[in-house]
Amino acid sequence: MQKKNWSRKEWLSILAKSDLDSLSTLWKKVQINAEYEFFRKPEIGTVMVRGRSGGTGNSFNLGEITVSRCSVGLQTGEQGYGYIQGRSTEGATIAALVDAFMQTSHKKLIEQKILKPLDAIHKRNKKDLASKAEATKVDFFTLARKS
Amino acid sequence: MYVAVKGGEKAIDNAHAWLSELRRGDENVLELSVDQIREQLSLAVNRVMSEGSLFDPDLAALAIKQSRGDLIEAIFLIRAYRTTLPRFGYSAPINTDSMQCTRRISATFKDIPGGQILGPTFDYTHRLLDFKLAAEGNRTKAQSQKTEAKSTPHITEFLNKEGLIQTENDDGSDPPDLTREPLEIPANRAIRLQALSRSDEGFLLGLAYSTQRGYARNHAFVGELRIGICSVEMDIPELGFSIEIGEIEVTECETVNQFVGSKKEPPQFTRGYGLVFGQTERKAISMALVDRAMRWKELGEENKNAPAQDAEFVLYHCDNIQATGFLEHIKLPHYVDFQSEIELVRKLRKAADQNKKQEGK
Repeated sequence: MQKKNWSRKEWLSILAKSDLDSLSTLWKKVQINAEYEFFRKPEIGTVMVRGRSGGTGNSFNLGEITVSRCSVGLQTGEQGYGYIQGRSTEGATIAALVDAFMQTSHKKLIEQKILKPLDAIHKRNKKDLASKAEATKVDFFTLARKS
Repeated sequence: MYVAVKGGEKAIDNAHAWLSELRRGDENVLELSVDQIREQLSLAVNRVMSEGSLFDPDLAALAIKQSRGDLIEAIFLIRAYRTTLPRFGYSAPINTDSMQCTRRISATFKDIPGGQILGPTFDYTHRLLDFKLAAEGNRTKAQSQKTEAKSTPHITEFLNKEGLIQTENDDGSDPPDLTREPLEIPANRAIRLQALSRSDEGFLLGLAYSTQRGYARNHAFVGELRIGICSVEMDIPELGFSIEIGEIEVTECETVNQFVGSKKEPPQFTRGYGLVFGQTERKAISMALVDRAMRWKELGEENKNAPAQDAEFVLYHCDNIQATGFLEHIKLPHYVDFQSEIELVRKLRKAADQNKKQEGK
């Protein structure tokens, strides 16, 4: 059941989709103090989201989403990239620090205290949505007419 | 001729102060927070995100508050803000097949894998004002039902298996971007879809309705309407792989239209496609109808000279910010232009008067 190995793609995705309140709370709890510098200062921008005509055809530009990003370097040399949906320089910074520390001996701690809880929140939200949707599923019945 | 005129600064400042006071309204009534707008007027928020072409519920809610609920003004604010942000890149096309559906209905097939999911819809409500909402507020909780994760394939795929519907293939081409290059006619389908997705809901609804009433000959069925969450994936160049950078709610509508065939295509069903940010199904259905109407040329159909078939007419008039910008500018001072008009009319009248006198002689 429990996930053992997070790929970098997985953890960066979970961080990017997390909400700032949860991410910030969890980050403060782990209390890792380390020196770091910004390679790329936190910035807010957009990403143009694409769709496909008919769902499977040629791609087209649908509209933009806001995204924040930055990159940090630890004193020990590890480099972290942070991306988060929305406008939060704080969120992007935490995401980058988490990414950097996932490459250090703090890996286990971060997996347990940040990634796992974030993933659980995400899964819970999905499940909640799915079960509400399921409750609105139509059960058709046919009124058979006796001749 | 344009002449710079100064003045009116104090009047403008005071007008803005009054605007601000009215935005707040009666101070004995609690002030509306941005969070409240985002959570409780979410369909207005969705409309602002779709027509502002920027998915950010907090920003859209703020814009609605600032604009006193004037949604076109709010969309204007979002469009203006968007231009201040750097563009990090383009996402991979979202995969609507793997959407987590909160609503999924088909008007063409009753029994579909995954079932017909009504979701949080106004359909089947009686459209009676609910005075209890005014007196006691809203207290109903959603029901839940245990479920397993299941796939929800697109319903049009069933027709595809028999070859009864036109397929949509990806030729790998890079789509043009309206926010980077100005609109040019003829516009390919990618540009048309981008323009329709950010267009004014009212305009699009009217056009779509006109196709149903006979202005362009297509009778559409809603093959599928689905609303749900899609993740957005983008390549991160510095990492050399892609990550999910966010999740968005979208509404997707595929219409199925009968098509008797032409010189180019065999008799089959054809599709119209709508994809819009947020829970915005009226607009997504409208978009699909208008998309289909504009495809007459590539399908070798007859041009009925219907408004919805005229891509140039539709695309140049569907954007409410362009429209309102040009429309509303005529209320701004045109004193000098009008002065010259007055001079002209006076001259013409003088000449007409003289002609009359001469004829009378």
